[in-house]
Amino acid sequence: MQYMFLVYANEKAFQAIPKAQGEQAMGAYIAYTESLRKAGVLKSSDRLRPTADSTTVRVENGKSQVLDGPYADTKEQLGGFYIVDVPDLDAALSWAARCPGASHGAVEVRPLWTTGT
Amino acid sequence: MNDNDHARSTADAVARRSYGKLVAFIAARSRDVAAAEDALADAFAAALADWPAHGVPRNPEAWLLTTARRKLIDSQRRRQTAKAAAPELERAAELLASAPDEEGDEMKIPDQRLALMFACTHPAIDASVRAPLILQTVLGFDAAMIASAFLASPAAMGQRLVRAKTKIKQAGIPLRVPEHAELAERLDAVLAAIYAAFAEGWQDAAGTEPARRELAAEALYLGRLVTELLPEEPEAFGLLALMLYADARRRARRTRGGEYVPLAEQDPELWDDDSIDAAEAALRHASTFDAPGRYQLEAALQSAHVNGRRSGRVDSEALLVLYDALLALSGSPVVALNRALAVARVRGAAAGLAALDELAGDARLADYQPYWAARAELLASVSASAEKCLDVDARAAARTAYERAIGLERDPAVRRFLQRRRAEL
Repeated sequence: MQYMFLVYANEKAFQAIPKAQGEQAMGAYIAYTESLRKAGVLKSSDRLRPTADSTTVRVENGKSQVLDGPYADTKEQLGGFYIVDVPDLDAALSWAARCPGASHGAVEVRPLWTTGT
Repeated sequence: MNDNDHARSTADAVARRSYGKLVAFIAARSRDVAAAEDALADAFAAALADWPAHGVPRNPEAWLLTTARRKLIDSQRRRQTAKAAAPELERAAELLASAPDEEGDEMKIPDQRLALMFACTHPAIDASVRAPLILQTVLGFDAAMIASAFLASPAAMGQRLVRAKTKIKQAGIPLRVPEHAELAERLDAVLAAIYAAFAEGWQDAAGTEPARRELAAEALYLGRLVTELLPEEPEAFGLLALMLYADARRRARRTRGGEYVPLAEQDPELWDDDSIDAAEAALRHASTFDAPGRYQLEAALQSAHVNGRRSGRVDSEALLVLYDALLALSGSPVVALNRALAVARVRGAAAGLAALDELAGDARLADYQPYWAARAELLASVSASAEKCLDVDARAAARTAYERAIGLERDPAVRRFLQRRRAEL
């Protein structure tokens, strides 16, 4: 079964930490991603740039509305994602708990929509 | 008995002893509990049409299982495009091919009910729907019955059950007994759901609400089942003991006229000795594991109450020690409340009130009738033994507390009891 891990964390807090700690945090992510890969469960993953670089589009009555910033102003922001293929939810939750993001913020585990259901 | 009656009574008997096992077995691989229930319902309907005409099969469970599986495959074929159906059909074909053991007339369906119960109480399932889900999928209760027992509208309850079953299927919640490392923690959720069902059933003290009356008995059944399927888990025995102690007091809870009888005034002669013996045995067995837990402690408290009343000597200090341990373990405000009453028994009403005052800020107790009733009782005690000027204040406060309690109570018999107490002030 395929799941997306949506990794949420407080951007500002992350941006504010000293360089050494920041590098350590990135190191943790790199190690985590590698362990997913070694286990053969990783389909894809990427880090997202901060929400300051985001632009949101809505089309209302045929008119395009383009707004600077993310979809919603939230206390924690989507910072990255993983797509994994594992046997069941328990396996997915077990991996998600190891994601560094789970300790600093939260990881939402959402199944992908499979065709034919 | 004519053919129709024979068919119906056999089907009912099979439903009673095997419904949950059939659902669990069919749903185990697909995680599609709703489809399993539907397929089984169709199979039972087919049985009631077929058996009067062709005779009841020698192995009715096997007949129902085969029919249900066929209906499952049929409905999957109808629902899906050929390409997407491949894995589903493969799984269904496996299911059809794998035959459980048949021993003569008794079909041995592998018992996956525990796995089903763990799925129903998975952390990913909303806590408030876990007990209803177990009642429906393992015991075959319908949504309307469950709704009335849990004070929800049938439509709302039906929706929540559908959502939960969809979650199990779509999010991939496995039907599996957890590994040893997580078993104790996950078991707690199963036990909590069974206890929630028992507590709902327990509300019907007068035994006049059919939905409720069944619940306590079914919860006891589930509690016993878990001890049979997990004989190494002391908390399962603790819960069983707890429910048996409560159930033993069923006939003593109301007078013949329907009036409320508090525990301290119940006639031990009206308690069911067999239930109490079974409870003591379960608790004793649990204690051999030397792994105390919340349900064992609650059962121990019940045991102390029961033995105290029977012998005429209640060991209040021992009770307080048990409450201290239970509070440390659970942090529950209800436990803290009952502990405050135990404090009062050991150190006097004023000390009990002081313990209650510590809970005054807890929002969870603000609408909890027993909290206000306890407050009123302790204030009344204080006023009875106080000097004149304190007496008036305490009495007024007691009256107010009784009024709060009365306003929060659902059961007319309990309300009348509280009103009588208030009038006695």
